[in-house]
Amino acid sequence: MGKTFAEKILAQKAGLAAVEPGQIVTVKPDLGMSHDNTAAIAKLFAKIGRKRVKEPEKLVVILDHVVPAASVDYAQNHKEIREFVREQGIRFYDVGRGVCHQVVVEEGLVGPGDLALGADSHTPTYGAVGAFSAGIGRSEMAAVWATGELWLKVPTTLRIELDGALPELVTAKDVILHVIGKLGADGALYRSVEFAGPLAERMTVSDRMVIANMAAEMGAKNAFFAPDETTLNYLAARTDRTFTPVLPDPDARYEQTIRFAVGGLEPQVACPPDVDHVVPVSEIAGKRVDQVVVGTCTNGRIEDLRLAAEVMAGHPVADGVRMLIVPASREVWLRAAEEGLLGLFAEAGALVLNPGCGPCLGAHEGVLAPGEACLATSNRNFRGRMGSPDAELYLGSPAVAAAAAVTGKITDPRRLVEEER
Amino acid sequence: MIVGRAWKYGDNVNTDVIFPGRYTYARMEPEEMAKHALEDLDPSFAREVRPGDVIVAGRNFGCGSSREQAATCLAAAGVGAVVAKGFARIFFRNAINSGLLVLEIPDAVDAIQSGDRVEIDTENGVLIHAGKRHPFPPLPDVVRQILAAGGLIPYLRDRLAKEG
Repeated sequence: MGKTFAEKILAQKAGLAAVEPGQIVTVKPDLGMSHDNTAAIAKLFAKIGRKRVKEPEKLVVILDHVVPAASVDYAQNHKEIREFVREQGIRFYDVGRGVCHQVVVEEGLVGPGDLALGADSHTPTYGAVGAFSAGIGRSEMAAVWATGELWLKVPTTLRIELDGALPELVTAKDVILHVIGKLGADGALYRSVEFAGPLAERMTVSDRMVIANMAAEMGAKNAFFAPDETTLNYLAARTDRTFTPVLPDPDARYEQTIRFAVGGLEPQVACPPDVDHVVPVSEIAGKRVDQVVVGTCTNGRIEDLRLAAEVMAGHPVADGVRMLIVPASREVWLRAAEEGLLGLFAEAGALVLNPGCGPCLGAHEGVLAPGEACLATSNRNFRGRMGSPDAELYLGSPAVAAAAAVTGKITDPRRLVEEER
Repeated sequence: MIVGRAWKYGDNVNTDVIFPGRYTYARMEPEEMAKHALEDLDPSFAREVRPGDVIVAGRNFGCGSSREQAATCLAAAGVGAVVAKGFARIFFRNAINSGLLVLEIPDAVDAIQSGDRVEIDTENGVLIHAGKRHPFPPLPDVVRQILAAGGLIPYLRDRLAKEG
């Protein structure tokens, strides 16, 4: 009987011939990623009683969550992290390099056949380039630092087949919101999710990152797109490393296979306060917004900024709306500057922020007041996520965000573009 | 044996309402974290919770962020256990690693109401409520060892000290 991707790679990283779903295995990850939580992890690490991390070359630390520091307390946190990574010889990206997940992929730090663990819930993002990657907690990262290994339960696997040609201005974000809306916030709980099918095969790395990133919002342990020419071309431009892809067997046994035909899909919006509260944009059109955010590890790449600029088509941001543009990395920021996009956004009245997580986690750079509504391209709309627990947060694609910014209300971007023509 | 009052909540109780993002990257000790436990869901919880109390919830408890403080703050608040229909995977791991008992017992969740007295006998794998016994399956070995040590960090400290 064939094996799924998760079963094959976890067996390999545990040094076993084969593993079964439900089995607990001890794996040796190829990469351990942490961010602004590194100082807290270092405190836990110290309590274990070790002085040096076991394999510093397998670790990376990226400051992104509250950058630049928004208070003395945050500044102290960053300072402690800088001292720690210097002492330990850990690869480090300081404030301004970008959101951790974007940086890991851009720098080619993971690829096909790698196992990455990150002290962040959106770590499944690296499945977009054929890696097994899962989020873990702080104590667990301290354990990885001390021992180079961690226990994982082998998950069952859900295969999601995507088919159909997406209509104009309908994006990977709409696809994953639709899937989460159908399967629910625990629709993939504890499971490995393999995305496949003709549409998945045609997707760019950026599209695949959107989907793998948001698989976390339906409870997935990891997400996976089979590495192909698209993946290898992307990585070849970024790293000299050679990868040995791990692929699921053709006769792998899946717990479930679900097919989504998304050819006629409308743009989708997740309504507060749950990511699975998803409706077609026409059902919520007209809802007024006070703030629009384009950015984050979900949708802050150059493709996203291009799409937002295309939909805005030179229109100004509506009166009374604050539009925040948060490129996911310095690379994206520079590219957007070169292409003139940052100037276009600024001229339209948007505020272009530094690369980083921005207001996504509600810590700084544009949190919401009670009673305000925001449409963001981020991945979570929980109560209080972007500031006040009495604010409303809607999630959509960069096209939906751009349409909301120029009209001041949630709007089908296709309507806006049609009127323009 | 854990004995306490139940605090009952619904499905998809997420980490942002358990421990809001605005505190996540502030440096804070567990005792301080406990003061913010469930702040955006039930502001009375942190004031009124007593040691041994049990949180009872529906599906997907702890979904969202990987922030370990969501588990740490509950453990530090004295919560004896979280009993739910299901847990988000990172929260589940974080809870065990923080020494916080987490149990999936769907039929008990349906029966228990806020304020009810709940007893949990981990030795014999049974939750007792209103005279009814709700058995639960034994925890995996590695999980029991980590809980017995009081969390992953003390567990590893002891293990590595033995290895030298």
